[in-house]
Amino acid sequence: MSLLQLADVSVSIGQVALLDRISLSVGKGEILGLVGESGSGKSLTALAAMGLLPLIGGRITGGAVAFDGQDMAAMTEVQRRSLRGRRIGFVSQNPMTALDPVTRIGAQIDVVSRLHLGLTRAQARARTVDLLTQLRIPEAATVAEAWPHQLSGGMKQRIVIAMALAGDPDLIIADEPTTALDVTVQAQIIQILGALVRERGLALLLITHDMGVVAQLCDRVAVLYAGRLAEEGPTAPIFAAPGHPYTRALIGCIPTEGMAKGALQGIPGTVPGALAFPSGCRFHPRCPQAQALCRAEAPQGNPACHFPGGADV
Amino acid sequence: MNFPVMKAFRHPIPALSALWLVLVILAAILADLSPYDYDIQALSEAYRSPSAAHWLGTDEFGRDLLTRLIHGARTSLSVSVTAIAISVACGMALGAAAAWFGGWFDRAVTVTVDLTWSFPEILIALILVAIIGPGTTGTMVAIAVAYLAQFTRLTRAQILTLKGETFIEAARSLGAGNTHILTRHLLPNALAPVLVSAMLATGDAIILEATLGFFGLGAQPPVPSWGGMMSAGSALIFKAPWIIIFPGLMVAVTVVAINLAGDALVASLDIKAKLRGPI
Repeated sequence: MSLLQLADVSVSIGQVALLDRISLSVGKGEILGLVGESGSGKSLTALAAMGLLPLIGGRITGGAVAFDGQDMAAMTEVQRRSLRGRRIGFVSQNPMTALDPVTRIGAQIDVVSRLHLGLTRAQARARTVDLLTQLRIPEAATVAEAWPHQLSGGMKQRIVIAMALAGDPDLIIADEPTTALDVTVQAQIIQILGALVRERGLALLLITHDMGVVAQLCDRVAVLYAGRLAEEGPTAPIFAAPGHPYTRALIGCIPTEGMAKGALQGIPGTVPGALAFPSGCRFHPRCPQAQALCRAEAPQGNPACHFPGGADV
Repeated sequence: MNFPVMKAFRHPIPALSALWLVLVILAAILADLSPYDYDIQALSEAYRSPSAAHWLGTDEFGRDLLTRLIHGARTSLSVSVTAIAISVACGMALGAAAAWFGGWFDRAVTVTVDLTWSFPEILIALILVAIIGPGTTGTMVAIAVAYLAQFTRLTRAQILTLKGETFIEAARSLGAGNTHILTRHLLPNALAPVLVSAMLATGDAIILEATLGFFGLGAQPPVPSWGGMMSAGSALIFKAPWIIIFPGLMVAVTVVAINLAGDALVASLDIKAKLRGPI
C-alpha cells in the first residue's frame, strides 16, 4: 500500500494556478524520483505533501493528499505537525543554510527526537551519535559538539539527513539534496539515501533535476513540466523507451561516457512562468514534434502526449 | 563566550578600554569601600585642589571628589545599564512580535517607532522625566523609552530576514511549532547584533544620564551623579576647575572606552563570517 498518495492535486497561490492535477504515490521501500527543470513545481509538490503550503501563501484547490491512508486536509494543524518530523522527514535543498548557525549540531538533531519520541536529553544524544555514525560521520560525538560553520557541505548535508531521520520517520522527502554539493560528495549522499531505503524500508520522495541520479537510484520516476505531470512510471522502461518528448529531452541531457565533444544536448527555451502557461500541451513551444493538435488541446493520460513515443517527426 | 571574542581584546586599544571599563564597574560595585563618605560635609576642607589627602581635590562642601566620582559611577552605570537592559528586552519583544505577526500590528509598531525615531533622544527623555518626575527611576524609564525605537527596529529587521532562512523552513518541516521557532531559532540568531548595539547604546545612555543630571533631573542630592557634579562645578569653573573637569573626564573616557571596546566586539562577532562557514 502506498504511504504517500497525491490524487489529482491542484495548487494555487493567490489567483495563480501552479500545479494542475498531480497524482503520485510512494510506498514503503520505494524511491520515487520527481524530476523537472527549475520552476516546474517540484518543491511546491513537496510542500503540498507536507501540508506546508500556507507558509508560502498557497492552498490546495483540488484533489487530496493522503498519508498512510489518512486525508491530510481532514487533519487538524496539530495532527499535521505531529506527522512532520515524526513520520515524514524532510531534507532541504541547501545544507549551507539548512542549519541554525547559532546552535550546536548535536542540539539541532537531539531536539527532533526529544520532541517526537519523547526521549530524555541523554537518550536523544545517544541516538544522535548513533545516527551520525550510521551516516558514516567519523568521531560522531565530537561532531555533535561542533557548530555548523565548522563543517563542510557534504558533512552538513549528512547532518540534515540525520535531522530528518531523528524522529524515525516512514517517509523521507528530499528536495534536491545534492544540488549544492560537489560531484564526489553527491555520489556519497546518493549512496547513503539509497542504503537508508533498503536497510530501513523507508519510502523516499527524491526531488531532483538530475536524470543521472534518477537512473541510478529510483524505482519509479515522475516527470513534471510546468505544473503538470508529463509522464510517470517505473524507471527502467521509461529510460528505455520514454513516451513523452520532454522525458526524452531530459534523458538526452545526461552526459555519457565516450560522448563526442559538443554532443551534449540542452533543451531550447525555458519553462514558462505560471502567468503565461501556453495553451494546449504546455510543452508544445519547446517540443520538436509539436502539431496543431498540441497547441489546441491539452493531452490526457500517461504519458501526457498526443503523440507518445514520438511516432514520426 | 567563545574564542574570537577574547582575540579582539589582545590589541592594546581594545584591551585598555576593557581594562578601564572593568575598573569603573569595580568602582561602582565596591563604592562603599571608598576612602571618605560621599555625603558628609566638611566646610573647612572646601575647594582643596588635588593633593595626597584628596587625590582629585574637594568640592564646595569639602567632600572628597574621588569618593563622589566613585559613587557617581554607581549611579551612572546602574541607571544607564538598567535602562538599556529594559530597552533591549522591550525592544526585542516588540520588534519580534511586529516581524512575526505582520499585518496591522507591524504597521502600527513601525509607524510609532519611526515617529519616536525622528525626535532627538534628549527631547523624549526630557518629556518623560517631566511626566514621571526627576530622580533615578524617572531617568531610567526616560532613557529606556528613548532607546526603545533603536532596538525594536533592529530586532524587527533581523527577524524578518531570518524568517526566510532555510533552517526555519527545515525546522518547520520537522514539526517545530511557533514558540520553538521564535525562541530557539529566531531570537538567538537576532541576539548578537542587538547586544553589540546595546553595548554602544550604553555609552550614549551614560551621556544622556549625565545630561539629565546636569539639568538637575537625575539622581537628587546628596546622591552623587556625574552630571550633577558637573552642574555644581560649572558655577565654579574659574575658582575650582577640578570640580567640573574630573566628572567630565570620567564621562568622556568611559564613553570612549565603551565605544572602542564595542567596535572590537563588532569586529570579532562578524556574524556574516559565521554564516558563510568554510567552503
